[in-house]
Amino acid sequence: MGKKVAVVGFGQTKGRSSRKDVNGVELINEAVVAALADAELTIDDIDAIVIGNMDHFEGINYVDSWSVEGSGGVMKPIFKVTTGGTTGTTVAMCAYYHVASGMFDRVLAIGWEKNSESDTTGAIITAFDPVWERPNLGGAIAGLALEASKYMTNYGVTERDGARVAVRERLHALNNPYAHLHQEWMKGLAVDQLVDLLVTSEQNQVLAFPLRMSDMCPRTDGSAAVIFASEDVAEKIAPVPAWVHATANRHNFSLAGDVDMDRNTTMAAASKAVFEKAGIKEPLKEIDVCELYMPYSYAGLKWMEDFGFCAYGEGPKLLWDGVTDMDGELPVNPSGGVMSSNAIGATALIRVGEAAIQVMGKAGTRQVQRDVNLAFATGFGGCYWADVMLLGKKKPA
Amino acid sequence: MEKNVQKTDEQELLTVSSGEMFQPYDWSVGKFGSKFLHELKENKRLIGSKCPKCNRVFIPPRKVCGQCFAAMDEFVPVSDEGEVYVCAIIQFGFVDPETGKQRPVPYGYAFIKLDGADTCLTHFVDSVDPEKFKVGARVKAVFEDERRGNLMDIKHFELL
Repeated sequence: MGKKVAVVGFGQTKGRSSRKDVNGVELINEAVVAALADAELTIDDIDAIVIGNMDHFEGINYVDSWSVEGSGGVMKPIFKVTTGGTTGTTVAMCAYYHVASGMFDRVLAIGWEKNSESDTTGAIITAFDPVWERPNLGGAIAGLALEASKYMTNYGVTERDGARVAVRERLHALNNPYAHLHQEWMKGLAVDQLVDLLVTSEQNQVLAFPLRMSDMCPRTDGSAAVIFASEDVAEKIAPVPAWVHATANRHNFSLAGDVDMDRNTTMAAASKAVFEKAGIKEPLKEIDVCELYMPYSYAGLKWMEDFGFCAYGEGPKLLWDGVTDMDGELPVNPSGGVMSSNAIGATALIRVGEAAIQVMGKAGTRQVQRDVNLAFATGFGGCYWADVMLLGKKKPA
Repeated sequence: MEKNVQKTDEQELLTVSSGEMFQPYDWSVGKFGSKFLHELKENKRLIGSKCPKCNRVFIPPRKVCGQCFAAMDEFVPVSDEGEVYVCAIIQFGFVDPETGKQRPVPYGYAFIKLDGADTCLTHFVDSVDPEKFKVGARVKAVFEDERRGNLMDIKHFELL
């Protein structure tokens, strides 16, 4: 069905809380230049561009035309795609579809965000219905606390379980020079000790129980770019391309009150579709590494269940057994994940890029030490929709 | 427009403010939403719409059942009492971006599964006691004395 497509290049900026030295267009340009350098291509080699960020965040629409000089899109086919938190993966899927269509050989996917310039809550609230939701909406943190409340009630999950996820993400980030948060104070301390510190520290403010500051993602300025290439050219560009084996996205509700807070049905359906397409029967065993869009710690427990890596209620066990650590059976977020770096429009694209470099063997100090055949990347949006992409070393049949 | 100036060793890095903006939107609620808000304002009663295919009752009522992609035309009463499905006690200062008003610190917020409805209404709950305000707690709507035809004609939900 269509051409086979692979990731052949990835570039990103180091996440920072504020990049006052660049405007948005210049920030985008940094990632594009880095991705082209990584693939040893020039902008002339790029046939089309897909770009996105969180619509409205910086108060700028038409980002496709506004940023055309920085993106390299001058006089090229260019599409804007923006889907909230899933923007980066939807941009990646759109770029993939461009190449898979057979009509474009090399397509550049770009995601970016200048969170320091954005009115985050004011912009997020525009994603919600003005009549039925906005009057009492609590913002992103409240929404996530709601999910955690049900999960804890259903399965007796504790604050320590959530903190265990935060510790993993932040320890992994220490290996990633591009991650925003580098919590050096964590180095050398035992995991149990770190968990205890997080749940007992008075400075670690409770925002909305069980969520503390440490359970949440930062606000980051950053950009990322991924280059997708068709099977006709991919192997000439990259020695080890990361082939797209399957991808899917699922949206569900219209209003927040419609969402199933017991089971993330969109995530489950999207990953099921991808596993079926790729012939995966035992995801935990068959997948080698994951880069999962997890904006808060309890997602690192519950969504492992929703994706199908373990049974419902078993998320905490995966964490405490070390399954998701760098030397575990299924390392999750060697990059440190969204909880260590969150330039929202770039974040989901970074999951794809980070999964790709694991397959390509280019992840440097955060490379998992094993033969990586399959890498699983996801995006997530605050209205509970899901994108999923499976990358692999073997060219799909 | 104010200018924010940050000095670095090499050069001044400037930002430019967007200033104060006013957003004058008037959103059409449609026939289904209008019926709901009218019933709320005039009679302090809640209604939902029922899907002919899956029989789910949606609150607020709407024209289309998304899962079935079927048109709904049956209205059913929904109780003003129900159960907390999920909840949060927000413990940080939150300024409502629509009104500019700061919410109380802390305040309660929940998805409420009202008796007779299959979807939840999202609203404030006037409790911040995690021993009482939790998943499964029974709640009842408290109406404003003066109502305008707006979701906030329900002031909040109180624990029973």
